[in-house]
Amino acid sequence: MFKRLVSQNTEQPDQAGMLDAQRYSVLRRKILALMAVVTILPLFSLAAINYYEHQASLAVEIQNPLRVLVGKTKNSFELFLAERTSTVSLIASAYPFEDLSDEKKLQRIFQVMRREFVGFVDLGLIDSKGNQLSYVGPYDLRGRNYAEQAWFHQVQIKDKYLSDVFMGFRKFPHVVIAVQHTAEDGRSWVLRATIDTSQFDRIIASMSLESGGDAFLVNRQGVLQTDSRLYGKVLEALPMPMPAPSFETNVLTITDPAGRDMFLSYTYFADADFVLMAVKPRPSVLKTWYSVRADLLIIFLAGVAAVFAAVYRVTDLIIRRLRESDERRVCAIHQMEHSQKLSSIGRLAAGVAHEINNPLAIINEKAGLMRDIMDMRADFPGRDRLLKQVEAIQSSVERCRGITHRMLGFARRMDVKIEPLDINKVLTETMGFLEREAQYRNVALDRILAEALPPIPSDQGQIQQVFLNVLNNALAAVPDGGRIQVSSLDRDEKFVEVSIADNGCGMSEETLKHMFEPFFTTKKDKGTGLGMSITYGIVKRLGGEIQVQSKVGEGTTVTILLPKKQAEG
Amino acid sequence: MDMKDWKVLLVDDEVEFVTTLAERLELRGLTPRVCHDGESALKAVAQEVPQVVVLDVMMPGMKGLDVLQRVKESHPGVQVILLTGQGKTRDGIEGMKLGAFYYMMKPLDLDELIAKMGEAIGGRAGAVC
Repeated sequence: MFKRLVSQNTEQPDQAGMLDAQRYSVLRRKILALMAVVTILPLFSLAAINYYEHQASLAVEIQNPLRVLVGKTKNSFELFLAERTSTVSLIASAYPFEDLSDEKKLQRIFQVMRREFVGFVDLGLIDSKGNQLSYVGPYDLRGRNYAEQAWFHQVQIKDKYLSDVFMGFRKFPHVVIAVQHTAEDGRSWVLRATIDTSQFDRIIASMSLESGGDAFLVNRQGVLQTDSRLYGKVLEALPMPMPAPSFETNVLTITDPAGRDMFLSYTYFADADFVLMAVKPRPSVLKTWYSVRADLLIIFLAGVAAVFAAVYRVTDLIIRRLRESDERRVCAIHQMEHSQKLSSIGRLAAGVAHEINNPLAIINEKAGLMRDIMDMRADFPGRDRLLKQVEAIQSSVERCRGITHRMLGFARRMDVKIEPLDINKVLTETMGFLEREAQYRNVALDRILAEALPPIPSDQGQIQQVFLNVLNNALAAVPDGGRIQVSSLDRDEKFVEVSIADNGCGMSEETLKHMFEPFFTTKKDKGTGLGMSITYGIVKRLGGEIQVQSKVGEGTTVTILLPKKQAEG
Repeated sequence: MDMKDWKVLLVDDEVEFVTTLAERLELRGLTPRVCHDGESALKAVAQEVPQVVVLDVMMPGMKGLDVLQRVKESHPGVQVILLTGQGKTRDGIEGMKLGAFYYMMKPLDLDELIAKMGEAIGGRAGAVC
């Protein structure tokens, strides 16, 4: 069952429907993508820039305490070593050679030293030849000669020597401090003390690094001088290349042998062969920042979602507007084509009529002359037969004249004469033409005419033509004994409505679609296919509307709206 | 007034049409003059003023309506019956505005033409008398 309202105004261009839908969805995608990129890209880059800036400043913030800590700890170490060295130096210069070489006296001095400064393990005196003259401590080192050892040469050159860490007899890592003293009489001796490096561990422990962090001493050759939690025991090689020498505290970003991302802070000692290093894992230092970033991320995502939603809605709106205006345009083109078709048909008809009328006029006159000649002479040979031919010619001319005049009549309807019209009167008059046929076929012609219908400015001939065309179609559609109902209505302040309803055969959807097109006919040989096209053209020109509702087998209702005021222009 | 004394000028570029029409009128006792274009029609009118001019609207060169206008300007008493092959109401109305007596469509009904010529001349005669 199909029920359709056909109005040329609202007719949809449905032939390219599928293609159009595809075109619009492609367009929608493009606009959406473009808008999304344009709006989200700045947001994204802002977030990215923010991320990196924040990370950089945070890294600095994290690195700084590490740098300071390492700097301080280095100072502690240097202070510790300087204290011990100057203690040894003081003893070497404060006591005469005889006191120092006396083991009892040395023992007393050593005890005072140990009391004042923790970490001393032993103390011994060595003469300029390298012989161990006296010794207090846990080892039996008396009588040893150090003349061939590297440290002894160094202390003789530099006056002071601080050894790397080495493993002592009791499996304790030790450091040796040796100081050379030259007395006024030219004799020189070396005072040598050993320090237990557990003091180093104590200093490092005082850094109180958080978990995951590590600090240790290495020498410049990369041998660990204290235990490292992460990189091995004392005297093992540091499994990393040594950073460039610097007496300032530096912070590097490294990846350690275990693959961890670390901040490495280090500083070289000026007076000793040591490098203090501290590492801190990077992820953990950025932990605080991640929580900040989570908030940022939520804001960013919410922003993106909001932008996307807005973009989606706006795109939707744009596409809908575009589609609507496209449809309106197609509709307008349709209408223009239609009226152009009609007017070109009008011009064509006028041209054809004119071209035919001239030769027709000649034929007419020639035949007339022949007839005149024969009329004058009653004894014209074969007169009766010839007269018959002439009559046939003249009646044919008459037929042609009828045709050309109808064609011209069609063209002439392009001209309009506007006057106030009583629509009810025009309707009644028009129905008068059809009453005889209706009576003959027993078709009921009902009329429901509104009283006091205001007169409307229009062209009587054209209005009549419209009513006649529609009524003719209705009459052709109804069976004998059918019914046609004609009604008029004061519809609103703009229009008077005339509707002509029949209970005839109705029209298919296809017919409805084409019924206003010129030369479209369902009457085969009987119709020209111009009737409804002309009707449509007239109604439109008068500023009205024509709508058709039809159901196959149930009937058709044609509704004509005529404007109460003449359209401007 | 006798038909024989009617002074009629026929103007049409369709030679076959206008000469045949003239011949038929002659058979009915008239003595129409014939022109094939606007310029010669104006000359003919100047030479001897006709009572009725039967004038084709669509002609090459000078158009029928221009001829009508010129004739009406110089000789307002001359009646003009317009002939048109094209049923353009506009031309007809325009012609009537310019002072044409009547306008007829081709192909012609000769009896109607003669009747209208009679009306035109009679009316004029009445007006003159």
